[in-house]
Amino acid sequence: MIRGVVRYVDERTGGAPFVRKALRYVFPDHWSFLLGEVALYLFMLLVATGTYLTFFFDDSVTPTTYYGTYAPLDGAQMSHAYQSVLHISFAVKAGLLIRQTHHWAADVFVATIVLHLMRVFFTGAFRKPRDLTYLLGVAMLGLALLEGFLGYSLVDDLLSGMGLAIGYSVALSIPLVGAPLATLLWGGPFPGSASFLPRLYIAHVLIIPILIGAILTLHLALVASRHHTQFKRTPRETERRVVGVPTFPGQVPRSLGLLCATWGVLFLLGGLVQVNPVWLWGPFHVGDATNGAQPDWYLGWLIGALRLVPSFDVVIGGYTVVPNPFWGGALFPLVVFSIVGLWPWLERKVTGDDAFHNLLDRPRDNPSRTGAGMALFVWVFLVFLAGSADRVYVWLGLSYSHQIWGYRVLVIVAPVLAFFITRRVCRELLAGERAALVRTTAEDASHV
Amino acid sequence: MTRVALTLLVLVALAAPAALADSGPPRQGVVIDPGQHGAGLVGEGASLYAANCASCHGPHGVGVLKARRGAGDVPGQGPPLLGVGALSADFYLRTGYMPLENPSQQPSRSRVLFPEEEIRAMVAYVASLGEGPGIPRPQPQKGSVAAGNTLFLQNCAGCHQIVGAGGYVTGARVPPLEEATDRQIAEAVRIGPYLMPHFSEQRLTNTQLNSLIAYVDYAKHPDDAGGWSIGHLGPWPEGLVAWLIATSALVATCIVIGKRLKA
Ligand code: HEC
Ligand code: HEC
Repeated sequence: MIRGVVRYVDERTGGAPFVRKALRYVFPDHWSFLLGEVALYLFMLLVATGTYLTFFFDDSVTPTTYYGTYAPLDGAQMSHAYQSVLHISFAVKAGLLIRQTHHWAADVFVATIVLHLMRVFFTGAFRKPRDLTYLLGVAMLGLALLEGFLGYSLVDDLLSGMGLAIGYSVALSIPLVGAPLATLLWGGPFPGSASFLPRLYIAHVLIIPILIGAILTLHLALVASRHHTQFKRTPRETERRVVGVPTFPGQVPRSLGLLCATWGVLFLLGGLVQVNPVWLWGPFHVGDATNGAQPDWYLGWLIGALRLVPSFDVVIGGYTVVPNPFWGGALFPLVVFSIVGLWPWLERKVTGDDAFHNLLDRPRDNPSRTGAGMALFVWVFLVFLAGSADRVYVWLGLSYSHQIWGYRVLVIVAPVLAFFITRRVCRELLAGERAALVRTTAEDASHV
Repeated sequence: MTRVALTLLVLVALAAPAALADSGPPRQGVVIDPGQHGAGLVGEGASLYAANCASCHGPHGVGVLKARRGAGDVPGQGPPLLGVGALSADFYLRTGYMPLENPSQQPSRSRVLFPEEEIRAMVAYVASLGEGPGIPRPQPQKGSVAAGNTLFLQNCAGCHQIVGAGGYVTGARVPPLEEATDRQIAEAVRIGPYLMPHFSEQRLTNTQLNSLIAYVDYAKHPDDAGGWSIGHLGPWPEGLVAWLIATSALVATCIVIGKRLKA
């Protein structure tokens, strides 16, 4: 029976040799190699849940009066978009479950991409011949951030509106191109024309997902064609020989298990833990604001940066050339993404190492890279923490302005410290290993 | 080495204000001196006032405009209380805002040290100092939560956060509203304590106030469709859950699944 089906398909596609090859593809073995896979499954989950949401979401900003099931908003003026999200949350079958799962999946998607990126960075997996694969990965991270922001903005609730207002001011702040760009995207001054939300919507459900999907396909094709990297744990693993388990029967059950676990965790979260209770935030009207509005965590570093940059504008001849939001909201992410994205080329330039690398470094094997990576991480992480200084103040009573000044010092001092400490730790670890090696060789020799 | 010293210095500098805040002077004890101010509620209030409040608010509530050293080296300074009425005294005493430890510090909710009849006595005394508003009797059950939602968004959410979780504004900590009683909300709105603006009856009628209170009460226990509410603060705790619960669970899964293969 199965044989019959296989023959039927093979006769019509000639796919057998390819499938045979794919089934024998070798997966090296380390848990951290699975992180990227989790991100892939989350992307699939996002597309699946997102598709369900499109059946009920309405992208129109035409105002309407609410008379739905959520009594505290009875009679409130709101857009059809926001009303449709209330409807999804309170009336559509499994609507809230799917909406929450979708939102959680976005939060966790970015988290796993970041972990995957850190694994790749600290093991040197990005080196030739995989620098292009790496760059595509970083591009997907950037797109994931943008996609998340658009999703958060679509709902047209109070937090969306405030987030977009900040986005608008950052866009405006970009020298020369800012104003035309903002006008082009928003179709007029904030909050923009009636076609702005439909634009966001099409970008969120079509353009960016397709971009991510296309880059993802390329990314995976490159991974497969260059084969996976591996750690050198036994003499069998060399630059030219991959050691691991075959696709089948080794990797496939494992991947299926991981897929089920990933989706399971996310549906549990979506069913049990509240995320973005938009009915509490209420609809957005220009001028409305709430204290403590925050973006989703993965944009927290930008809020932190906006707060840490001292308030000044670059004014020439009575003309504000560079408004303040530019530094924290546009330049900072540009710098971070440039360093991260171009790292393979920067490292090659500094070390002069132009060789092929199929074996991974352990983080300690390259103390300078690991130190630099830690410095970058500490830098971005501190800026990220600064974004929650207000909450820390409310909870712990630590003065807000003291915190901000503390962070301003720390973001300069701590990365430098992180670099030297990390490099030192790596070197000590290596020295310890060498000493242990000498000792065991000596002991072996004395036993003979 | 110098870098380490510098970081330590920064950490100490960050921690110092918090530590200082904790080690402020102890609260003054309650000394009752019956007879000196005559009998009755107002009389009892007067002696309580003299013992606990006069160092900052001056004799007979005339206020102390320039800081001066008082008993126990606590600097004394405070606004006059003439005409603030029972409303203000009731609010400041029942929230534990008063007596303040240090006049330069923002009043905040703390444990109320006075028993009920002493509070009533002091309120009566402060009320006797001049013509002032009495204690309000709001009736939130007559208000509408939906109307209150809009009013709260327009007048309060910018400082208190949309579900009253509090926050930071330049120069002040805005308290969460979970502990405020109906009466205290009505009082706070009419007083405008610290940096908060005060809302007159022209700006916010008593009917509107009832709705506002109905909403604040609702926001203490709002509709928690969707599960565990993690504090109604939005993205902040959500990020923690995404990392500490979901992402760690997934990493743990990777470790377990990744391990099985080695065997
Ligand atoms: C350490 C000084 C200090 C002490 C002691 C103190 N207060 Fe105050 N009080 C202040 C200051 C300062 C303010 C102004 C607070 C503000 O700006 O919000 C104030 C404000 C008030 C107000 C509000 C006035 C208004 O304009 O509505 C009342 C009522 C009040 N205090 C009553 C009391 C009572 C009653 C006591 C004694 C139990 C007391 N205070 C003890 C310093 C003090
Ligand atoms: C400008 C910011 C601001 C606005 C607007 C504002 N508040 Fe406040 N509110 C504060 C601050 C600051 C305090 C703390 C006062 C203090 O420490 O003396 C406060 C205190 C309160 C308290 C006492 C809370 C407690 O438990 O200690 C209540 C109740 C309150 N506000 C209600 C309201 C309501 C209702 C509105 C809208 C009508 C409102 N506030 C508008 C800043 C604000």
